[in-house]
Amino acid sequence: MLARTVTHALVGLDARRVEVEANVHSGLPGFTIVGLADRACQEAKERVKSGIYSAQLEWPVARRIVVNLAPAALRKEGSGFDLPIALAILAATRQIDPAVLTTHAAVGELALDGRVRPVGGVMAAAEGARRAGFTRLLCPAEAAPEAELAGVEPVALRHLAEAVAYFRGEGEPPPYQPPASNGRPAQPTHPDLADVRGQERARRALEIAAAGGHNLLLGGPPGTGKTMLARRLPGILPPLAAAEALEVTRIHSVAGLLVPGRPLITEPPFRAPHHSASMAAIVGGGPGPRPGEASLAHRGVLLLDELPEFMRPALESLRQPLEDGVVSVARAAGQALFPARFQLVATMNLCPCGARGDPGAECSCSPQRLGAFRDKLSRALLDRFDLVVTVPRPRGAELAAAPSEGSEAVRMRVCAARERLRPAGPRRSTEADELLTRAVERLPLSGRGRARIARVARTIAALAGADTVLPEHVSEALSYRTPSELQPR
Amino acid sequence: MSELALAAFAAHTDSHLVAVPRDQRFARFQREFDSRAYLADLERRGLRWLARSSPGFPRALAAIFDTPPGLFLRGKGDAALLDRPSVAIVGARSCSSYGADVARLLGRELAAAGLVVVSGMARGVDGHAHRGALEARGITVAVLGCGIDRDYPAAHSELAARVGEHGLVVSEYAPGVEPAPWRFPARNRIIAGLAQVTVVVEARERSGALITADLALEEGREVLAVPGEITSSLSAGSNRLLRNGATPLTEVVDVLEAFGIEQQQPAAPEPASATAALILARLAEEPADADTLARALELDAGEISAALTELELTGDVSERDGFFRLARPLRS
Repeated sequence: MLARTVTHALVGLDARRVEVEANVHSGLPGFTIVGLADRACQEAKERVKSGIYSAQLEWPVARRIVVNLAPAALRKEGSGFDLPIALAILAATRQIDPAVLTTHAAVGELALDGRVRPVGGVMAAAEGARRAGFTRLLCPAEAAPEAELAGVEPVALRHLAEAVAYFRGEGEPPPYQPPASNGRPAQPTHPDLADVRGQERARRALEIAAAGGHNLLLGGPPGTGKTMLARRLPGILPPLAAAEALEVTRIHSVAGLLVPGRPLITEPPFRAPHHSASMAAIVGGGPGPRPGEASLAHRGVLLLDELPEFMRPALESLRQPLEDGVVSVARAAGQALFPARFQLVATMNLCPCGARGDPGAECSCSPQRLGAFRDKLSRALLDRFDLVVTVPRPRGAELAAAPSEGSEAVRMRVCAARERLRPAGPRRSTEADELLTRAVERLPLSGRGRARIARVARTIAALAGADTVLPEHVSEALSYRTPSELQPR
Repeated sequence: MSELALAAFAAHTDSHLVAVPRDQRFARFQREFDSRAYLADLERRGLRWLARSSPGFPRALAAIFDTPPGLFLRGKGDAALLDRPSVAIVGARSCSSYGADVARLLGRELAAAGLVVVSGMARGVDGHAHRGALEARGITVAVLGCGIDRDYPAAHSELAARVGEHGLVVSEYAPGVEPAPWRFPARNRIIAGLAQVTVVVEARERSGALITADLALEEGREVLAVPGEITSSLSAGSNRLLRNGATPLTEVVDVLEAFGIEQQQPAAPEPASATAALILARLAEEPADADTLARALELDAGEISAALTELELTGDVSERDGFFRLARPLRS
């Protein structure tokens, strides 16, 4: 006998409708899954069988079971097909009503004891279900809030038996209750700027970067607090707007990174991949492309600590998202688009030995070594940093000083400046324009460099609460330009 | 035309020759050497040959102990500019930011005063001296230690092209000669020979720049040295020159005086603002980072950044690796 249900396969961030057909008939006993199922998906056989036994349901013994995942040409990956396969088999053996099943979409992984385990991408699957006209989605209980965010009413499952009871009309499983927080804060807390002593100029640059969403490069000898400063950027950013929060949540749902009990991401995400990260890890990839760090940092901050240590292909692959705000990953089977509009923050030493910029140390790098170090960063990539600051070594007096201004106060100013920038923002005065032109003649600034300075000057004016960009705003913006000694030879 | 044959023979045998060797090999080489074809080939490649015996050969260089057989020339400059009053600026390849700033400043100011700036196209001080002269739209001459057709170091190929726009790149070595460590000291005698005055900006003990200075002294030319920090190994060589009697260079005028050029000192430009004056006074004591300056002058980070940029635009201050320093010598 035949039965079918609907689930969704992920292609990039998009859900594609997949029909799960099960046919249980007489013949040589066996269990086959067809339809380009990957290994995790093939292993569903054992989980489904064990799950059905554990739920005290009937497994069709001595029958031939064929499950088809249609369209057959689309690759199916992962364990989210367990639940729909189990339900299709139960309907094919008439343990639940096949007619009722066809009006539901389902997604979830099964445990051997029949429990339903959470999987990634439920939000995208629920959006797909909504578009396909389904009003209800059977999904793991932990992921139920994600389905709600996508506008589909979830049937929150903890166990396969609950699904059967639901289809038999024996009542709906109770809605999902997030686990007690056990004293953990509901939102992650960011480290506070008050911990940073001295470094006024770098702090100022951080504030400007936050207000204007500018990319920031912090250079300087080791141990001067570059990373410490960079990690404090998320704490001074305004919260995400509602639409942005949904976008970000969707990406994190696909990556399976959502924390149970906190379905909607409302704070800008912060990602800090290690410098050994490959190109695929940064921009996304894999046979069925998955979002990379650049997309996970969408609407948030991507921190690349020790920038020159990253592999050059990984760095160069960032140029597209920095320009367009999206990553397109091309695969033989097709192309996946991932949004990746992030704010890039990077730190680096000024030379391989690290002593450069430290008055107490003498750099021992040969010109060749220094040249090779700087050549790792292409001019094109350096050009994308709106603000470049050298962080000097703090003195003892600074470290002993009273704590400085905290993140909350800075965040208020950043939010106010963002409001002011929202329409057109402050316009340049003629004097400011003249200064900019003079600077372009005098300093090595590219056309892109000039546009960047103009943008930063606008942010500085907005932070100052000014209606027009004045010369002093332009000269401050100029002080954050890429210094010539950082440029490749 | 035996001088050209000599230069070509030296390149052919990978040797260094200033006089005709008395052996069969050279005689045979010279018999087969077609100087007209060689010159035509040079011309096709945009190169020129200036023989020791030709009337246009620079007199200062002709006067040294081991004058090269001639010079290969590259660039648009006239060969006659090699006979103009010239100053050599030499120093360490791995120079400090102070050395780089001073070399650039001297290159700029001396070229602006009408002197030809001669240097060796190397990294560090040499390159900065050339760049400074170019900034002043002055004439500068680069003396190579390899074949005239080579750009060494390769990173300076663009700089070499800019030097050649109005000045000259010269070498005693024919096209095709590879750079070799022993050729650079030989090259230094041409730098010292072309210039009436040699300035050593920064030199370690046993630096190539000291060889240039020694050669200049042997030929009775004036040598000036820029005083450096006594705690820095980068200035050990230049400071030793001073102890041995070289003229200390503390102002650009010191060089001009050696040429007998009188230049009225332009009045120090008035700082644009009181803040600028305070920053300059502070930096006159020692280089400092922006945060330290801000604290000393009780400014916030934005104000100090803006003020420092304005001083950079006027050329009063330069920044490197986060530290700001005066870009002009103090005027007494």
